[in-house]
Amino acid sequence: MKNKRSLLAIPYVGWMALFVVAPIIMVVIYAFTTADFSVTGENFTRMSTFTVIFTRSFKLAIIATLVCLLIGYPLSYAMAKEGKGFQRVAMLLIMLPMWVNFLLRTYSMMSIMENNGLINQFFAAIGLFDLINHVFGTNIQYFKMIGTQGAVVVGMVYNYLPFMVLPIYSTLIKMDNTLLEAAQDLGADTATVFRKVILPLSLPGILSGVTMVFVPSVSTFAISRLLGGGIQMLLGDLIEQQFLGGAYNPHLGSAIALVMMVIVVACMWVMNRFGEGEEQAVML
Amino acid sequence: MSKELIRLKDCVMAYDDGVVLDHINLYINDKEFLTLLGPSGCGKTTTLRIIGGFLSPTSGDVLFDDVRINHVPPHKREVNTVFQKYALFPHLNVYENVAFGLRLGKTVTNVVNGKSTAKKVKIPEQEIHERVMEMLEIVNLKGFEKRSISALSGGQQQRVAIARALVNRPKVLLLDEPLGALDMRLRKDMQNELKRIQQEMGITFIYVTHDQEEALAMSDTVVVMDGGRIQQIGTPEDIYNEPKNAFVADFIGESNIIDGIMRADEVVEIFNRKFPCLDKGFAKDEPVDVVIRPEDVDIVAENQGQLKGTVTSVTFKGVHYDTIVDFYGFKWLIQTTEFHAVGTVIGIHLDPDAIHVMKKSEYSGMFGDYSSYSEEYEEIGDADYEPEEEENGHEE
Repeated sequence: MKNKRSLLAIPYVGWMALFVVAPIIMVVIYAFTTADFSVTGENFTRMSTFTVIFTRSFKLAIIATLVCLLIGYPLSYAMAKEGKGFQRVAMLLIMLPMWVNFLLRTYSMMSIMENNGLINQFFAAIGLFDLINHVFGTNIQYFKMIGTQGAVVVGMVYNYLPFMVLPIYSTLIKMDNTLLEAAQDLGADTATVFRKVILPLSLPGILSGVTMVFVPSVSTFAISRLLGGGIQMLLGDLIEQQFLGGAYNPHLGSAIALVMMVIVVACMWVMNRFGEGEEQAVML
Repeated sequence: MSKELIRLKDCVMAYDDGVVLDHINLYINDKEFLTLLGPSGCGKTTTLRIIGGFLSPTSGDVLFDDVRINHVPPHKREVNTVFQKYALFPHLNVYENVAFGLRLGKTVTNVVNGKSTAKKVKIPEQEIHERVMEMLEIVNLKGFEKRSISALSGGQQQRVAIARALVNRPKVLLLDEPLGALDMRLRKDMQNELKRIQQEMGITFIYVTHDQEEALAMSDTVVVMDGGRIQQIGTPEDIYNEPKNAFVADFIGESNIIDGIMRADEVVEIFNRKFPCLDKGFAKDEPVDVVIRPEDVDIVAENQGQLKGTVTSVTFKGVHYDTIVDFYGFKWLIQTTEFHAVGTVIGIHLDPDAIHVMKKSEYSGMFGDYSSYSEEYEEIGDADYEPEEEENGHEE
């Protein structure tokens, strides 16, 4: 019986083998070879050239993840605690953008943040630039947003916030209310209940939210391309260039992808360990 | 027996969809084991939550040591709760669950120039350790400190919950159906255990249950509730021997409840026949409910009895036979150690103290007839199962 049931997994296993395992093996092979497929480590030694891009990618992804957490946790908490009405409206607002195509969303962000986009038009209309120019004797007509790291972070937060909110919300909503009552009963005020019970119990949600925001943020190329104005190149852009762009070199691209994957997996591993440690720390 | 600790004065709890507590007046003495007993939805859990501070009554007062505490939050009350489903912290081990309250520090009140200021002071690690270990010893869980909660059986989790609530040395421990999830055997053990702990620690226990046997076995005082009202308060003996109305008589133990007429002091008429009894103070010819406990009926030969009936069903129960006897269409449950076959015509004799007379109430005529005996049995069998208390749905 047991064997028969495991047959049900065959389509999935086949799919995974074809589209996950095989590509990873190919990436590894490509990463350690040259164009004529002789083994080399050169692809990795060349990578030091891209330190700036590596650092920028991880920096922006970490910032975006933190911002998502700072916005997402309070929102999830409010959703879990408030009545059904608020819950439904908030959930709708979170899900609504996700029904729109990702590129379309990012393009609209671009047009909103452009030099003559909606935001700058609004500031001009309320006379903000006139005021600044008057006070400081400057001559600015707009805030430059596209092409800044800030714009890239905003794009990441905008696109990936739902992935932070949903897992945290689901751990909070599942939390047994009597646990909170028990903590109060034992002498904990509201802040202590949060610190000693709610936060540690929602940690799994936080960890999966952080993973789900960090990983796509660190590897994105569309957001940095559109909102970074081609100046704020990230790892994703770099890899894309090696496969599709002018600097065609799938071997180098594979090496970069491999290094990024290793770093991301290492980060996740450390964070999960830290997560467990956190639980211990709360305990003590 | 000793001084009064908690008093509920005219407490009403009303929600949009109805009244859950209807003018509850109740006082609880220091060091008393008091049980709130009643069927699901009777208001017992709501009463407990009001004392615990999780609800405040719509109207009425809650007094603790003569101080009104209606709006004092739970964390500032000298009361701890053992929750129905234990509510142990899954992210902490046994030791840390018990230490939870202690780690929050103790409140020290300083009185300076007549002004009292309370502040939390950390309890030294050494003292925490001693107190946790002492509690674990009391609940027989020594050696389980490092266990995770999920690795404990229901009975062990129960003990952790009790230790966690008691370690703060509350004046009152509230227990919300704490044994509901345990099997029969463990339940009996824990009943004794709880009684022992209560006496050992010398604190007040307020215990909520729907299990009348549990209530009778453990309590100093039983408060029987139904429909948001207190039906009777008394010692287990009072409640059993002198039920106030048909509801209490039926809920506590088995009872035959028969319509009677009080012909004079100490004379009650049942089935057109006068019986001597011990009750007085009723009006002449007042209609009453008469309670006859199944174990108080003596079976005698057909022609020697005060009443004559036909056996319609016999069930062997171990110690005795549950015998259903038909008297003029009304079926009684009689518990006897002798076997009387179905179809036998028997006589019964009732001693004056076997008869208990109650005033008519809204519950008259609802209980006490064993005509539908098999259904009654299913109901008894279901006593362990109780759907989620409706009151729990009402969060503050």
